[in-house]
Amino acid sequence: MTKTVEEVKEWINTEEYKELNFKREAVVINPPKACQPLGAIFAASGFEKTLPYVHGSQGCTAYFRSNLSRHYREPFSTVSDSMTEDAAVFGGLNNIIEGLRNAHVLYQPSLIAMSTSCMAEVIGDDLNAFIGQAREKGSIPEDLPIPFAHTPSFVGSHITGYDSMLKAILENLHKRQKKTTSVKGSERTSLINIIPGFDPHVANIREIQYMLGIMGIKNLILADNSDVLDSPLTGEYAMYTGGTPLEDAIDASKNHGTIALQKNSTMNTIKYIQEEWENHPAFNMYPPMGIKLTDDFVEKISDLAGISVSKELEKYRGRAVDAATDAHQYIHGKRFAVFGDPDEVYGIVSFLLEMGGEPIHVLTATGSKTFKREMELLLASSPHGQGAKLYAGFDLWHMRSLLMTDPVDMMIGDSHGKWAARDANIPLIRIGYPIVDRVNMHRYPVIGYQGAINMITWIVNAFLEELDRNSDDAHFELLR
Amino acid sequence: MLTIEEGKKIIEEVLEAYPEKTKLKREKHLAVHEEACSTCGVKSNVKSAPGVMTARGCAYAGSKGVVWGPIKDVVHISHGPVGCGHYSWSTRRNLADGIVGVNNFVPFHFTSDFQERDIVFGGDKKLEKIIHEINGLFPLNNGLSIQSECPVGLIGDDIEAVAKKTTKDIGKPVVPVRCEGFRGVSQSLGHHIANDAIRDHIIGTKKLDNKTKYDIALIGDYNIGGDAWEAKKLLEEVGLKVRSIWSGDATLEMLQTAPDVKLNVIHCYRSMNYICRHMEETYGIPWVEINLFGPTKVAESLRKLGELFDDHIKANVEKAIEKNMIAMEKTIEKYKPRVGGKKVMLYVGGLRPRHTIGAFEDLGMEVVGTGYEFGHKDDYERTKDYIKDGVIIYDDVTAYEFEEFVKKINPDLVASGIKEKYVFQKMGKPFRQMHSWDYSGPYHGWGGFEIFSRDMDMALNSPTWQLVTPKWRQAGK
Ligand code: SF4
Ligand code: SF4
Repeated sequence: MTKTVEEVKEWINTEEYKELNFKREAVVINPPKACQPLGAIFAASGFEKTLPYVHGSQGCTAYFRSNLSRHYREPFSTVSDSMTEDAAVFGGLNNIIEGLRNAHVLYQPSLIAMSTSCMAEVIGDDLNAFIGQAREKGSIPEDLPIPFAHTPSFVGSHITGYDSMLKAILENLHKRQKKTTSVKGSERTSLINIIPGFDPHVANIREIQYMLGIMGIKNLILADNSDVLDSPLTGEYAMYTGGTPLEDAIDASKNHGTIALQKNSTMNTIKYIQEEWENHPAFNMYPPMGIKLTDDFVEKISDLAGISVSKELEKYRGRAVDAATDAHQYIHGKRFAVFGDPDEVYGIVSFLLEMGGEPIHVLTATGSKTFKREMELLLASSPHGQGAKLYAGFDLWHMRSLLMTDPVDMMIGDSHGKWAARDANIPLIRIGYPIVDRVNMHRYPVIGYQGAINMITWIVNAFLEELDRNSDDAHFELLR
Repeated sequence: MLTIEEGKKIIEEVLEAYPEKTKLKREKHLAVHEEACSTCGVKSNVKSAPGVMTARGCAYAGSKGVVWGPIKDVVHISHGPVGCGHYSWSTRRNLADGIVGVNNFVPFHFTSDFQERDIVFGGDKKLEKIIHEINGLFPLNNGLSIQSECPVGLIGDDIEAVAKKTTKDIGKPVVPVRCEGFRGVSQSLGHHIANDAIRDHIIGTKKLDNKTKYDIALIGDYNIGGDAWEAKKLLEEVGLKVRSIWSGDATLEMLQTAPDVKLNVIHCYRSMNYICRHMEETYGIPWVEINLFGPTKVAESLRKLGELFDDHIKANVEKAIEKNMIAMEKTIEKYKPRVGGKKVMLYVGGLRPRHTIGAFEDLGMEVVGTGYEFGHKDDYERTKDYIKDGVIIYDDVTAYEFEEFVKKINPDLVASGIKEKYVFQKMGKPFRQMHSWDYSGPYHGWGGFEIFSRDMDMALNSPTWQLVTPKWRQAGK
């Protein structure tokens, strides 16, 4: 029986449709995730004079660059070695030999970070051997570091690629460390390494550094792309505008310890550091979003640094708590849908719970067993989490069904949520990657105490804006 | 404008940075236009050199992104891993009218999200299931297309067999498209493959109702920012009937019935000349190239069309030109003093590296350099009609070359893509995206020129450019 447009329009909002939608096993519709090499080149962009290089077909690289440029409204340099049909048959050795030579001569990088597109992975190119042969052929100087990571897109997502590339870079640079303990080496012991993770809000890095500044904790950001993806307009373009100095990264293991501010995007990197860097405590944690998780971060890092939390920082914290209590009434009891990468979603949910907000639909495209367990625990820990359900490994067409059958007041996630939010007639607060339909969101931190204030501001003011726009004369009030 | 000699010197200097082998390759793609010299053209449509930072995309982008993606009542499956479909999800601005998720599937990302097991065991079974699931969840789809990503072609899947079987099962066309990204050297082969798939599976499978002698198809207008709607308005104003658009805001039926029109009017020659040639050979439908940018070219194009029809249309054309020119002259009067004399460097895809030149010239601007991401010889041949001696031509320009050219030639405006935009804006150069119209548009037709002019003025004369240098650094301080 054929249905009419009107019938289908109604039908896709029903419980019956939702059931059918959740029954699908094969097709994925509007998943909020990208592929591995995007994460890999993102990690690479956080190092000084580093050129991300994708071994494989060129189309992917064009996509990554466009995608990142749209989110940041910044240039994003990455080369591809443009494998085509013949390379599919014979392998990509010649592409690497010629590609490395060209990239090196033309763009003069101090480091080339190589990842792979699907094509190279499917045909099984041996990066290690190929890079070795390129060196033998004189494509690149003997000592030019070329860390590489296999980043097959049929495994994991962009956060997996971030992890693999970061680990490869750190491993490669670590091996270049001179064993002698220099004077500088002893100075380093007071430094703490911070790994931001696949974090699309560059201002987060600046916020962390600001907080650590108040606390008097010296730090080294590993994969610091804040100056690369938020570079000043001066009238002159430079391809390399910042990043973690390679020398510092080489000696990173001599620092006091390492904290990663995301778990799922840093698993292998942290494991590597724990296993290979001597006397170097390292761990990862959920991103410091909201007051509680930021407190966790502050506590952990002061423990690691062996200092007590400064009055100054407590003042800074107090201002955020003030903002939270001032605005609590606008969030308390409100129902939310949240989607994105696991770490971010965990952070947002934790923040909502501490504000008395009620996460209802919590959705991620990926997510390990550990993530699921920890998220369930978080939700169970709060009376405001009782109505929530976690959907790990789902997509935004599922989300639409959830919103239409079990409505909420607001959605939080990246720009791709805008269709579902529109159909459900609720505001979308943009946190995550990519944000391509609003300006400057990446310039505001969403972590740390300032991040908490920002999230409160956006969420509450969006509600109030709605209220004002939709009030009749009688209820259109000055005071809100 | 540079002299031919100056241009040549600049090219030579820029080439110096390359390793020898790459220099020899790249120098064939760079030239200064010289009318008297018939052998001075650039080489094109060959592989990009590895490692140089080309802006080019892949065949999948050309098929899914350009040709197939805009067909709104067909569900396009990005078949393979998740990435390709993610990046091409609603990032081209090919607008479509219809109810999203009901009879319009343009702003969607349907993916088979390949996992390791699919690579190892093949994805055919999964694909079959996907097609049934989609058909169940979106009953008003009029067909499906399978857009193959790189891995599909490497693991030996038989998507043709799946398509054949499921076409029978669901009673709607399921079209396999072999547009794996490693095929060819750019988006271009993807266009061709996509055209061929339409030829083999879609075209001529339905008859056009209510035929008239003025029925035309508008080919190669993807409705970027509403371009095709503007084009349709313009063509219908002179009495022609746009029965089919390829493929902006298109329905499957439009493609099926196209061989019943009287004339194919093509805009983006690069991406759809194949289907025009096919319809000419098979159905005897003539085709004609037009240009929808700027009043001069629009008027020229309308007259060209008039010639192919009767006096009735011819008279309409003259009336329409006379009527619309009033507004056009006003626009020119308003903006020419603000942007006239400014120099532009272009670098785009398809047809825009030549087609937009007239619009710039209508405003008194001058194009001093242009090039194609994925042009062929015939594109560069056609470009000659648009440019003067001394214009620098760059094919598949590398990021390095483009930067150097802009530094040395110092245009007032750079008009290219998202990957280029912020490089030049950091230099303090006004810039407009010419693929997406920088989230503005439409630029086609009479109405489009007004917007185009406003946008170029805005880019060039934005007061923000005056903020770049602080006063303590300005000369004389
Ligand atoms: S999924 Fe594979 S082929 Fe597609 S963009 Fe990612 S790496 Fe490229
Ligand atoms: S410029 Fe032409 S070929 Fe390129 S995407 Fe646009 S319409 Fe297509």
